[in-house]
Amino acid sequence: MSNPVVVLPAAAARIGTLGFAAGVIIVSVIAAAAIFGNALISHDPFVQDLGKRLVPPFWMEGNRPEHLLGTDQLGRDYLARLVYGARISLMIGILTVITSGLIGTTLGVIGGYFGGRVDDCVLFAITCRLSIPVVLVALAVVGLMGSSLTLVVLTLGLLLWDRFAVVARSTTMQVRSLDYVSAAWCAGASTFHVLTREILPNIASHLAVVGTLEMALAILLEAALSFLGLGVPPPLPSWGLMIAEGKDYMFFSAWVIMIPGAALFTLILGINLVGDGLRNLLGTEKSR
Amino acid sequence: MSALLEVEDLEVSFGGRTAAVRGASFKVERGQTHCIVGESGCGKSVTALAIMNLLAKGGKRTAKRIALGGQDLQPLSDREMSKIRGNKMAMIFQEPMTSLNPAYTVGSQMSEVMRRHKGSTRTQALDRAVELMTRVGITAPDLRLGQFPHQLSGGLRQRVMIAMALMCDPELLVADEPTTALDVTVQAQILRLLAGIQREMGLAILLITHDLGVVARIADQVSVMYAGEVVERAPAAELFSVPQHPYTRGLLNCVPIPGKVRRDQPLGSIPGVVPTIQPGFTGCAFRSRCSYAEASCASSITRRKATQTHDYLCRLAPGELGNSDLAERQPA
Repeated sequence: MSNPVVVLPAAAARIGTLGFAAGVIIVSVIAAAAIFGNALISHDPFVQDLGKRLVPPFWMEGNRPEHLLGTDQLGRDYLARLVYGARISLMIGILTVITSGLIGTTLGVIGGYFGGRVDDCVLFAITCRLSIPVVLVALAVVGLMGSSLTLVVLTLGLLLWDRFAVVARSTTMQVRSLDYVSAAWCAGASTFHVLTREILPNIASHLAVVGTLEMALAILLEAALSFLGLGVPPPLPSWGLMIAEGKDYMFFSAWVIMIPGAALFTLILGINLVGDGLRNLLGTEKSR
Repeated sequence: MSALLEVEDLEVSFGGRTAAVRGASFKVERGQTHCIVGESGCGKSVTALAIMNLLAKGGKRTAKRIALGGQDLQPLSDREMSKIRGNKMAMIFQEPMTSLNPAYTVGSQMSEVMRRHKGSTRTQALDRAVELMTRVGITAPDLRLGQFPHQLSGGLRQRVMIAMALMCDPELLVADEPTTALDVTVQAQILRLLAGIQREMGLAILLITHDLGVVARIADQVSVMYAGEVVERAPAAELFSVPQHPYTRGLLNCVPIPGKVRRDQPLGSIPGVVPTIQPGFTGCAFRSRCSYAEASCASSITRRKATQTHDYLCRLAPGELGNSDLAERQPA
């Protein structure tokens, strides 16, 4: 006789690992496209051909075999732009996570480890950060200093560290009182050694999960900023910018915004699936 | 030669409110095992941590003297202290399950200590690790070096901890209830191992335990702690045969002895719990639970000597407690 108590978690686990596998495949396909895509596609994402504007993609009437996903309103190859846009999205996601991860983890570990006044300062910094509306600040910064890729990364990196800090702080508090940390002290370790070699590796799994979620958030924010014309400057083909540029044509050529929209959706889904899978695999947060 | 570790009048308080250790004094001789016994919350572990200068935040220690091998430990800075920790004195903990870092292999954790203090190369340190792991009875040490803590059993981890503590040839090993979390057979193996290593390496051990069975097996000297005070100090054999303090008597009565304790007879117990001692407390801390207590116990008690090496903190004169009830095992 089958035992339902055993069967249920097994099935759930299988779905969990399936999701993780799907996420890994999605993210790696997009990453591979971002890295190698433009080498394989003969079209230049920046070259305009006004004679071939708004060519529809391969599944619609009037498509041209040399433009698989058609062209945009300036006759630039859509597939080439999409693949180039993936590069921009991933780059912004990764760089933002590195910047914000460094800031947040440092603050969180220091606050969680030393406690007392230091922790009060860190908590105050986190509270201040949480009271700042990200999009408004990004708008103001870009409005004042003009839009560039570096600026977007820096703005997002300096604004999205709060979750890293919160998670690093609370997990450090759990880890710092464990015996192996005391054992390290007893073996004559320095504070720096305890922080970097004893505590950091043991909270890394939690931070990895936060990292994936923050990366998805950063990519979405970049798309939103670009859509508002305040993210990466044209003619760089960011996915958000492609949606913005296509919105005037959406009633007649809906695919102009559907294709980058679908790409954005798939990438975010993939990253979130990876994050969820990591959380299950590392067993960091069994119940949500 | 003076004793390896001398602790005189050690006081530890937390936040100025609770006095965890009040004037504890004891000496650990070279090559001997000194046990600190007492029930939970009487300041045993805090004493050990205070000696290592590893008290939790808010803990404050003062002492007339804390010296290791003649070197006064009190004026040392944190940096100088961390050169001594792990090098001249090492510590093993109660919970082998959590005292190894899950993120590193056994080998890298063991070699770390020696590379830090002795500046050895990785290969030298790993050789030393293999040698010590063999010594503490770990089979296939080469295999174990590459394993992570979660792949080892509790007993094995405690052996690894002991081997790790021995990496730099310390003079003093502080063991905070090293066998409490282990089952009884493994416990016996570990105790035998500690005794063997001590004989071989001439190591002094400061063993903290609440288990009188452990004390009887391994101790040379015993300090009985109660509510932050050392209430009785004696060589182990003497403590078991002629305990002078009512608390020691009470502890001994709690231990069943096969063949001596009758089946229908209740084991001895000490009513009540250890009181929390505020600073400024005077008199005998045990008086609220002691059947010999009288009014004079509330004033300060002087330390009495039963023999040259045996002293205790009680108003009763040596022998006044009587020995008859211990033999018959009746609750005091």
